[in-house]
Amino acid sequence: MVSFLRFLINGISLGSVYAIIALGYTMVYGIAKMLNFAHGDIIMVGAYISFCAISYLDLPPLLAVLLAMAVCTALGIVIEGLAYKPLRQAPKLAVLITAIGVSYFLQNSALLIWSSNPKVFPSIFGSSALQLFGGALSITSEAIVTICANIVIMIALTLFTSRTKTGKAMRAVSEDKGAAQLMGIDVNRTISLTFAIGSALAAVAGVLLCSTYHTLMPTTGSMPGIKAFTAAVFGGIGSIPGAMIGGLLLGVIEILGKAYISTELGDALVFGVLIIVLLFKPAGLLGKPVSEKV
Amino acid sequence: MKLKKSTLQNLITYAIVIAAFAVCQAMISSGSMSRALRGQMIPICVYIVMAVSLNLVVGISGELSLGHAGFMSIGAFTGAIVSAWLLGAVQMENALLRLLIAMLAGGVLAGVAGFLIGIPVLRLRGDYLAIVTLAFGEIIRNILNCLYFSLEGKRLYVSFNNPSIPGKILVNGPAGATGIVKIASFPVGFALILFTLIVVLNLIDSRTGRAIMASRDNRIAAESMGISVTKYKMIAFVTAAVLAGMAGALYGLNFSTVAASKFKFDTSILVLVFVVLGGIGNIRGSIIAAALLTVLPELLRAFSDYRMLVYAIVLILVMLATNNEHLSTLLGKLMPGKKKGEEVNG
Amino acid sequence: MAEKFVKGKMVPLPTSAIIPERDLDKAPILECRHLGIDFGGLKAVDDFNLIIGRTEIAGLIGPNGAGKTTVFNLLTKVYQPTRGIIMLDGYDTAGKTTEQINRMGIARTFQNIRLFDNLSVEDNVKIGLHNQEPYSVATGILRLPKYWRQEKAAHERALELLSIFDMQDLADSRAGSLPYGAQRRLEIVRALATNPSLLLLDEPAAGMNPSETEELMEHIVRIRDTFQIAVLLIEHDMRLVMGICEGICVLNFGRIIAKGTSEEIQANPVVIEAYLGRKKEG
Repeated sequence: MVSFLRFLINGISLGSVYAIIALGYTMVYGIAKMLNFAHGDIIMVGAYISFCAISYLDLPPLLAVLLAMAVCTALGIVIEGLAYKPLRQAPKLAVLITAIGVSYFLQNSALLIWSSNPKVFPSIFGSSALQLFGGALSITSEAIVTICANIVIMIALTLFTSRTKTGKAMRAVSEDKGAAQLMGIDVNRTISLTFAIGSALAAVAGVLLCSTYHTLMPTTGSMPGIKAFTAAVFGGIGSIPGAMIGGLLLGVIEILGKAYISTELGDALVFGVLIIVLLFKPAGLLGKPVSEKV
Repeated sequence: MKLKKSTLQNLITYAIVIAAFAVCQAMISSGSMSRALRGQMIPICVYIVMAVSLNLVVGISGELSLGHAGFMSIGAFTGAIVSAWLLGAVQMENALLRLLIAMLAGGVLAGVAGFLIGIPVLRLRGDYLAIVTLAFGEIIRNILNCLYFSLEGKRLYVSFNNPSIPGKILVNGPAGATGIVKIASFPVGFALILFTLIVVLNLIDSRTGRAIMASRDNRIAAESMGISVTKYKMIAFVTAAVLAGMAGALYGLNFSTVAASKFKFDTSILVLVFVVLGGIGNIRGSIIAAALLTVLPELLRAFSDYRMLVYAIVLILVMLATNNEHLSTLLGKLMPGKKKGEEVNG
Repeated sequence: MAEKFVKGKMVPLPTSAIIPERDLDKAPILECRHLGIDFGGLKAVDDFNLIIGRTEIAGLIGPNGAGKTTVFNLLTKVYQPTRGIIMLDGYDTAGKTTEQINRMGIARTFQNIRLFDNLSVEDNVKIGLHNQEPYSVATGILRLPKYWRQEKAAHERALELLSIFDMQDLADSRAGSLPYGAQRRLEIVRALATNPSLLLLDEPAAGMNPSETEELMEHIVRIRDTFQIAVLLIEHDMRLVMGICEGICVLNFGRIIAKGTSEEIQANPVVIEAYLGRKKEG
């Protein structure tokens, strides 16, 4: 029973990371209608930046995270402007291939800069843990921070999109680009902003992910990225609460699956969930169905 | 009846492939080909077949498949097991026959997998389809990592996630297929390319190919013409899977060990790079791109660290150049009639 | 208000069907009863009743947004109807897919042209002939004698069909490169290639100049005479509709507001009101 609880908490912690990454996917997909394949690699870049800031510059963790967020935000805006913006009118296939190209670009740049040897990511939240049931169940500080960060980000984003003018503009653009433009909304700026927010979140996710698992490689971001996309689809693409629910469920499914079914098949299980969701509920748990106009 | 334009183009493609084979074969027999390059001959054949078959899905059928390496891995594992079984249990000494049967088996099994995967996948569209093919590719790899095969006498043992099975181990979980007797040969690779070309080019230039392209260009119009879109997308998908499986079998039997980790997502992307650089929907382009991009890194060793980085940049640039009006006109002005240049640069 | 169609319950047949005299002794090609579809809460089409004779040229007109194209999409099962039945040549089309409907005998063109732009004109027509000159996948790959026979037949048939509009010289052009009018004509040829018994034309004269429209009218009548098929067309050009349609059905807000011959429709005050708005008093 206690071990089940431990797995559950690990699952929620991992799921919180997925949820934060999924937010980036879901917002970008909702607004630019594109699958930003490179999102997972921005996580990796964020993790490397904060790793360097802590290990080489001796910056305090909080400052390192802020630095990573700033770099990733800039990176997100640059990628969007250089690679995606010229393809606004292009077929989806072209956009997706470009995004794959960007993803590979980031991975291989990181490979050249930081080499393929895994870096050991330092424990930035201290090694203290919350002891429950007389020490039978301990919750690490990383797990607590991750879960709290997830909740804070979720509330902040929900407030942002529903209360602020910019947030409302984002929702308008995701509903109908043309109409939003007619209403005087700067669509390009709004899309850039979405990439900026998504990338900043990716940086946070990168730090949280690596401080939990401690290994950092150029490919660190790709698998969590794809899984987080699964989470975004699971929750319903374009929906902020959907990303949270999808991420949490997926994290729990993965950890419990690995613990009780098979370690090797953990990833297969996650992708199995993706396939089942897409087949039977393609709009996800909280998404809206779309139909083609004839 | 006068020669159709497409027929002429196809003949040119065949001519290029046959000429290239003749030159390579002559170089090999005269000993003027370097050892490193000679070792690349079979992988080149394999990647050409992979690229042409993926182009059938991406270019002709218009669906982005990111799990093509998955079918290749099924072919490789099947080929290794079948050829070992033929040698060990049936005592078939003829290596060529073993190779052909192994490739056939690899193709069939990959085709079956393609069909089973196609049922759910082809109900989806666009980005979702792409990500689910990726997911299936990873699932296949995950499952292969848990498989154990062994041969004792005439009996083949299979187990899932349990390495303790009797006899000679053929497939050893994450370590992959081991102790493979290398029977792949360049002429068979060439024959596989020809076979692939005949299948793909004839398919395109037939009623079936027209239906596949109609489904790509306008789904609703195709349905209104009485074409079952799903059926024709499936035909393209399964055909590509079969060819990838055969290529995989040839690939597997070219090495003494083959692990599932060789068929990661990266391999699917690599093949996609060939297709994109050769021109989406352009079969001859796929052949040239696959051959050049497999040879070039071998020839330019120093360049190998930057290989994937350059591929990534080229992938982005080609997409931008071909899909953005401003850029494509600008590029047209910069280098008129120099389309092939992109491939050489890559 | 029309009653909802309930399975097993007798419903009175709509009476105001107009069928040309020559078709009276034959069963109608199309019969819609109480057809309707809802989008969300909106009844996009409701209680749509229509009977079309075996060789009739019928018109479906109405203001923008009246639901005309939606009717076409219902007939071809691009949308599945919420209510009602569609009988094609005496067979119920319930549960059929778009592709099956085409094989049962309905072919259509599209308001926003949907050609296979990257393929040649001839290939576009050959795609229409898909189910007319069939052979298996293996026959195609192995180039068996049947492949050459059927391909030759398809080639000849395609040119023959293109010659209806004098387009055989354009056979090798890329469909997307054709001028607008030619694209509309190619869509009609492609639809005819599927050997339909009912041809649905969605604004065939849109974007055409008066002389092109004049020609199109002759062509539509000729197609009907040659192929002995029924035609149902949506059109805003009243000269075309009034000129060749034997029966006209007027749709407004998803409902039929009038049916009749061109004279009857032109004199119908409800129709005039729907098109021009309420006339001012005095």
